[in-house]
Amino acid sequence: MADTIRDASGTDSAGEDTGTERETGVHSTSTSTEVETRSEAPGTAVVRPDAIPNPGFPPERLRVTDLDPREEKKAERAVSLWFGLGIFGAIAAVAVYVAFPLGNGDPDVNRWTTFGIGMGIALGLLGIGFGAVHWSKSLMEGHDLVEQRHTTRGSEETRARAVEVFSLGNKESGFSRRKMIRNSMIAALVAFPLPGIVLFRGLAPREDPNELLKFTMWKKGTRLTRDPSGTPIKASEVTIGSAFHVIPEGLNETEDRLEEKAKAAVLLMRLRPQDLTISSGRESWSYDGIVAYSKICTHVGCPVALYEQQTHHLLCPCHQSQFDITREATVIFGPAKRPLPQLPIMVDDQGYLVARSDFREPVGPSFWERENS
Amino acid sequence: MTIDTQGPVTTTHGQERAEDASVVGRMANYLDERTSLSGAVKFLGRKIFPDHWSFMLGEVALYSFVVILLSGTFLTFFFQASMSEVQYDGSYIPMKGVEMSAALQSTLNISFDVRGGLLIRQVHYWAALLFVASIGLHMLRVFFTGAFRKPRELNWVVGFLLFVMAMAEGFTGYSLPDDLLSGNGLRIIDGMVKGLPVVGTWISYLLFGGEFPGTDIVGRLYTLHILLLPAIVVALIGIHMVLLIINKHTQFAGPGRTNDNVVGVPIMPVFAAKAGGFFFIVFGVLMLVAATVTINPIWNYGPYDPSPVSAGTQPDWYIGFADGALRLVPPGWEFLIGPYTVSMNIIVPVLALLVLLGAVAAYPFFEAWVTGDRREHHIADRPRNAPTRTAIGAAGLTFYAALWAAASSDIVATHFRLSIESVIHLCQALLIAGPFVAFFVTKRVCLALQKKDREIALHGFESGRIVRLPGGEYIEVHQPLSEYERWRLVSYEDYQPIMLRPDRRGRITAGMRARARVSNWFFEDRISPVSRPELEASQHH
Ligand code: HEM
Ligand code: FES
Repeated sequence: MADTIRDASGTDSAGEDTGTERETGVHSTSTSTEVETRSEAPGTAVVRPDAIPNPGFPPERLRVTDLDPREEKKAERAVSLWFGLGIFGAIAAVAVYVAFPLGNGDPDVNRWTTFGIGMGIALGLLGIGFGAVHWSKSLMEGHDLVEQRHTTRGSEETRARAVEVFSLGNKESGFSRRKMIRNSMIAALVAFPLPGIVLFRGLAPREDPNELLKFTMWKKGTRLTRDPSGTPIKASEVTIGSAFHVIPEGLNETEDRLEEKAKAAVLLMRLRPQDLTISSGRESWSYDGIVAYSKICTHVGCPVALYEQQTHHLLCPCHQSQFDITREATVIFGPAKRPLPQLPIMVDDQGYLVARSDFREPVGPSFWERENS
Repeated sequence: MTIDTQGPVTTTHGQERAEDASVVGRMANYLDERTSLSGAVKFLGRKIFPDHWSFMLGEVALYSFVVILLSGTFLTFFFQASMSEVQYDGSYIPMKGVEMSAALQSTLNISFDVRGGLLIRQVHYWAALLFVASIGLHMLRVFFTGAFRKPRELNWVVGFLLFVMAMAEGFTGYSLPDDLLSGNGLRIIDGMVKGLPVVGTWISYLLFGGEFPGTDIVGRLYTLHILLLPAIVVALIGIHMVLLIINKHTQFAGPGRTNDNVVGVPIMPVFAAKAGGFFFIVFGVLMLVAATVTINPIWNYGPYDPSPVSAGTQPDWYIGFADGALRLVPPGWEFLIGPYTVSMNIIVPVLALLVLLGAVAAYPFFEAWVTGDRREHHIADRPRNAPTRTAIGAAGLTFYAALWAAASSDIVATHFRLSIESVIHLCQALLIAGPFVAFFVTKRVCLALQKKDREIALHGFESGRIVRLPGGEYIEVHQPLSEYERWRLVSYEDYQPIMLRPDRRGRITAGMRARARVSNWFFEDRISPVSRPELEASQHH
C-alpha cells in the first residue's frame, strides 16, 4: 500500500505522470460509438486526442500554523480548551441531574431538567468534536496524499481461478449432469418455505374478516349516546343547526371498545326538514330533520368530524373529502368515492333517539369484498 | 500444503520482531498474534479520503444512526410495547385517571418520571428526522454528481434500500407511543391496505391481528422497529461501507486528480480525527436541539380514539409525499368489477409511489444503457456537465415536491386564505406540469452555465475593468485563468447521440431503435469541453 501513496505536494512529478496517463491510457484507445462488450468500452462518450492535458498538482500552500510557531502554540491551546470545555459539560450534566429530582409532574421542572442535562451533554460532545476537528485542521500533517486506483474486477488470473472453482464444483458434484437430482432439489427448496408462510395465518383470529366488517354494534333500539360520556340524547335536545358526536349505548362497557368505536362512531345533525333531499326507501331513516351518518370516512377511515353549519358540509381532516349532508352525504370533493353510510334512526317512547337497525352497508374504507354479501 | 513447515518459522520471527516493550506495543502484539489485525491496519490505516463538504452528508446519516441506536436502546429499558388498557397514574396531572394503553403510559413515564427521559426521547426523534433527511440529501448528491456510475451502481441500490428502511423505521417508531396521532396514522395505513385489490382485506386483518385497531399492532411494530429493521439497516450499512472501501471514494475534478488516483487525507490520523470529531459535533447539535425544542408532545394529544377530530395534524416530513399522493386523487376513482370493489383512489397513488421509488432505484442502469459506457468512473460530475441527468433529477424532485406540498394542503389553504379546492387543484397542476417545466428550465440553465464556463476557460474572468482603446472603442479587461483553475472547467466527459447502424448481422432491432431515440434525447444538446487547439487559438490573438 505504502508504495502506491505519493505526496501530492511540491514539485513531485507524480501528478504530471498520472495526469497525462489518463489522456493516453486505456480509456482513449477506442473512438467507436458502437456497443462493445469489452469492459472498458466508452460507449457513446467522445474520446478526444486533443483534450487539454491535466496540469498536475498545484504547489502546496502552507497554513499559518506551519509558518508561525506562535500560531501553532495558540492552536494547541485552543484544542485543549475545547477538550476542557467537554469535560466541564459532562460534569455539568451530572450536576444538573443530581440537583433536579423529578416526579411531581410539573412540566416546567421537566423542561428545565431536560434543558440543563441536555445542554451539559451537548457541551461535552461539542467540546470533543470541535477540539478534534480543530486539531486535525490546524496541527496534523496537512497536505494531500495520492493513492492509485485499481480496476475493481479481479485480475485475469483470479477470475480464471474462480471459473475453475465453479467448474470443479460442478464436475465433482455432477450438478448439471445429474438433472434429476438438481431439479428435485430445487423443487424441495421451493417447497420448504411454504409452511412458514402458512404459519402467518395465525396472525389473526379464525373468523372471516368480511363477516366482521359488515356489522357494527348498532341494533334495532340501541340508544344514541354522547361521545364520550355515554349519556342518551333526546330528540328535543337536538336543535336545528347543532351537531352531536355519537356512540352506541353501552360502548364504553364493551371489551373491544376501540374496535367497536372505529366502526360505530356517528355524527348526528339537525337540519330544517325542507333542506334535506331524501331518496326513496330512506323516508323513515331520519326524524324531523335529524339525521345520523357514520363518522368514519369512506376514503381510508379518518373521523369525518368537521361540520360546517352554514353549508351543511362535512369535511374530513385527513385528505379533505367533503360530504353534503343535504344530499345524503354524497361526496362533493376529495378522494373519497362513496357517501357516508346513513344510520336509520327513530325515537323511542321516552323521546330518546334510537337506531332503527344497524347500518345497511359496511362503514369505513372500501375493501375488495365490500359489495359481496 | 506448505503451511506446516513455514508456520513455526514465522512465529519465532514475529516474536523477535515485536520487541516493542511499551504497554500499547505489547497489547498490539498480543492482539495481532491472535487475530492478524495488523493486516487490516496495513490495508485500511492509510487509505485516502478525498474531501468535499457534500461528502459529509453520508457521514451525517451514519452518525445520526449511531445516535438513534444509543438513544433507542435507552428507551427500550422503559418502553412497554403493550396495548392493554391501564388507568394513567403517573405524575402528569392533566392525564391522571385517563384510560390509555400501557404503551402510551410508559411513554408518558419516560417523559415525566424518568430523569432525562424526555431528553432521550427527543434526541431519538430529532436524530430520526435528521437520519432520513441526510440520507435523502446524500442520495441527491450522489445522483447529481453521477457518483452512481460504474462501479458503484450496486452501492446505489444498497443506499436506496437504506432510504426505504429509514422511512419504515420512522413510521414504525411514530406508531409506537399509541397516542392520538400515531393511531390516526395507523388508521390511514389500515384504510390503504384494505383498498388493495384481492388481498387487502386479509392483509389488514392479519397485520392488526383482527379488526382495526386491535391489541397487537404496537407489539408487532415494536419487534420490527427494534429488531428486524435495525438488523437489516446495520447489515445494509455494512455492505455499503465495504463497497465504499472496495470502490474507493469519488472525487471532484481538480489539477492532478485523475480517474486513476485518489487525492486526499489518510484515514490515520487526519480523516479519523476529522470524522470522529464530526460525529461528536452531529451528536452535540442533536443534543442541543433536543434540549431546547419539544417534539411530539404526546401529553397534549392523549390516547388514540377513533372518533375525535385532529385537524391540521401532519405526518413526519418523510411520509408527507405518500399522504399527499392520497390527497391529489380526483373524486370518484372507485368502481365495481362484478361484486368486487376496485379502489383506484388508493391503487393509483400506491402505484405512483412505487413507480417513483422504482425509477430512483433503476436510474443508474438506465443511464448505463443509454451511454453504453462500460468504463469505471471515479471523477464526480459537476451537475451542469450532465444537463439531461440533472434535468431528470430536477423533474423528479418537482414531482416529489408537489406530492409533499399536497400533504400540507389544508395548512396552506388556511394560511394563505385560499379554498382547499384551489390548493388541491394547484398541486395537481404542479404534479403533472411541474416536472416538464423543471426539466426544460434546468436543462437550459445547465447549458447556459456550460457556455459560460467555456467563455471563462477561453478568455478568462470578466474583471469588471473597462478600458478605452486608442481607437475610441471600449472593452472590458479579462483576467486570465491559471492552468489549475482552467482544468476544473475543461475536464469533463462528453457524450454524443448514438448513430443507428446495423449490427453484425445487418439488423436494426426495436431495442436499438429505442436506445438511439433515448440517446438522441439525452445528448442532442451538448457543449463540448474546450480543446487544446481552441485554447491555443484564443491565446494567440
Ligand atoms: C433508523 C432507525 C430508527 C428511526 C428512524 C426511529 C424513529 C423513531 C420514532 C420517530 C419514534 C417515536 C418517538 C416518540 O414519539 O417518542 C421512535 C420510538 C422508539 N424507538 Fe425508534 N427509531 C429507529 C431505531 C430504533 C432502534 C434501533 C431502537 C432500539 C434499539 C429504537 C427504539 C425505540 C423505542 C423503544 C421507541 C418508543 C419509545 C417512545 O415512543 O418514546 N428505535 N423511533
Ligand atoms: S380519510 Fe377522509 S379523506 Fe382520506
